[in-house]
Amino acid sequence: MNWKAFFAMLARDAHVARRNAMVLMFQTFLQPLMFVFIFGRVMVRSGYMPEAYKSLLLPGIMAISMVFTGVWAVAMPLIAEFQFTREIEDRLLAPMEIPWVAIEKVLAGTLQALLAGVVVIPLAWLILRPIQFDLHAPLSLVAVTVLVAIFSACGGLALGCSVNQNHIGLMFSMVLTPMIFFGCTYYPWSALKTFPILQKVVLMNPLVYASEGLRGTLVPQFPHLPLIGVLVGLIVFDTMLLSAGLRQFQKKAVS
Amino acid sequence: MVGIRTRDLRKVYTSAPPFAATGTGFGPPTTRGKSKQPRPEIVALDGLTLDIHAGEVFGLLGPNGAGKSTTVGILTTRVQPTGGQAWIGDHDVWHDQVAVKRLIGVVAQRPNLDFSLTAREILLFHGAYFGQDSAERGKRSQALLDRFKLQDRADQMVRGFSGGMMQRLSIARAMMHDPQVLFLDEPSAGLDPQTRLLLWEIIREYNQRGKTILLTTHNMEEADALCHRLVIIDHGRNIALGSPRELKASIPGGFLLRLRFGRHSPELLERLQSLAGVREVRASDHNGAADLYADRGGSLVSEIASLASAATVELCDVHISEPSLENLFLHHTGRSLRE
Repeated sequence: MNWKAFFAMLARDAHVARRNAMVLMFQTFLQPLMFVFIFGRVMVRSGYMPEAYKSLLLPGIMAISMVFTGVWAVAMPLIAEFQFTREIEDRLLAPMEIPWVAIEKVLAGTLQALLAGVVVIPLAWLILRPIQFDLHAPLSLVAVTVLVAIFSACGGLALGCSVNQNHIGLMFSMVLTPMIFFGCTYYPWSALKTFPILQKVVLMNPLVYASEGLRGTLVPQFPHLPLIGVLVGLIVFDTMLLSAGLRQFQKKAVS
Repeated sequence: MVGIRTRDLRKVYTSAPPFAATGTGFGPPTTRGKSKQPRPEIVALDGLTLDIHAGEVFGLLGPNGAGKSTTVGILTTRVQPTGGQAWIGDHDVWHDQVAVKRLIGVVAQRPNLDFSLTAREILLFHGAYFGQDSAERGKRSQALLDRFKLQDRADQMVRGFSGGMMQRLSIARAMMHDPQVLFLDEPSAGLDPQTRLLLWEIIREYNQRGKTILLTTHNMEEADALCHRLVIIDHGRNIALGSPRELKASIPGGFLLRLRFGRHSPELLERLQSLAGVREVRASDHNGAADLYADRGGSLVSEIASLASAATVELCDVHISEPSLENLFLHHTGRSLRE
């Protein structure tokens, strides 16, 4: 394994992300923060939502920001580079096995998603304060956050290597939007108990484990899935998406 | 010094060939996997065997779809051969990909520069992928930017570059890690004459340092000017191999006169065959077109016109071309290279 080439590619991605930092910031945070402002501040202050909803919202917003960042950071460049600009060819010809080029993309996406998760908490806190945090299990929070970041980047790899550039809009409307609305981001999973079939079906949505895991480790006063279930769910989805993504990447890279 | 060999290389595509702008569709898998009709197979290479010497400038000449890009794709690890083997130096290309990638530099047919970077950064990061240290990267990138006359735009994003500038930068990038073998796929397509001459000069210089260069082209002048040897391929097969001079000498007579008469006349074609210096007459079709290979060119026209007039056949068009690779290709395949 050629670590020099691997880290040079990571440095390239960091350099490009730094150059586009402002655009990335707006892209990642504007929508979730507007949501936080309307639902967590306007609706709560006007009495349509209870005060506690502010705290309930926080883990969901963190999950959405992380997943969007990871998927965007990996999928969008791959869609363009494989199908249109072919920029990736230079990296495919670097002296390194081809799957490592994909793994580097996943690592870069994971780091960006982690950064998004870390930044969105204080930003949301500024809008929502005061809210009740309970960092009772910091290690669990770190584990869940890392697995969520990996899931977002692996999802980006799988999507980026299977979506045609003409269908980017569809990717958002048919994959990411339903994933967010049925991903227990704005409500806890237990709120679906009056929709028993839906409650079971949404367990196929990896974002459920992300939101519920962050809920359980950030605001455990709300009902949430058990941590062990969350960890197993995230590890299974991370593994499945990574192996599917690597397979698709190889197919795209070599004719 | 590193050479290139292929043995009985075959490639059959069951999906779109490389560089076609298609991707896996998104959405329901329409007929994929369920269709009763087998997917069409495209034979891109049909047993191509080549032996390119170390330190040689070697040309792959052929029309679009002849298999040139597929050959380059296989030799640069990007296309998996269906059969046969290829080596760069002593390394089997498919089984020893990382070692091969260290030895080669590749300029693709379509520009594939990193649009998120400046020209200098493209060279610096490329050097970093190949393990060059920072001082070496800085020195080499500056030298290449100067050599390719890109110093004025070195720190600008490449998105706004003209086609010619992108092509120059692509070649500079391919040379950045000083590869032993350089692949150039249609290097001068779309370049103005001045830049083309600069590029030829740089290719010759690079070759003089003992590097092997494989270029694909359908520009006769380029093949003639640069290549020590070349192979003409069509339908994935080797049609003719040799130095440009040898290949041109193999055309009967050397000169080609493409004639068009008012009507098809076998008697006239027979008489043309008996003219002094005429080596071969081929009726291209029954509309009155004929190709005449001869030792001389213009001086034959008046004799052809007299014969045609005696046979009461109108001579509608004459086109004379001097010995060239274009004629060679036409002679072997009956088709023009540009078709």
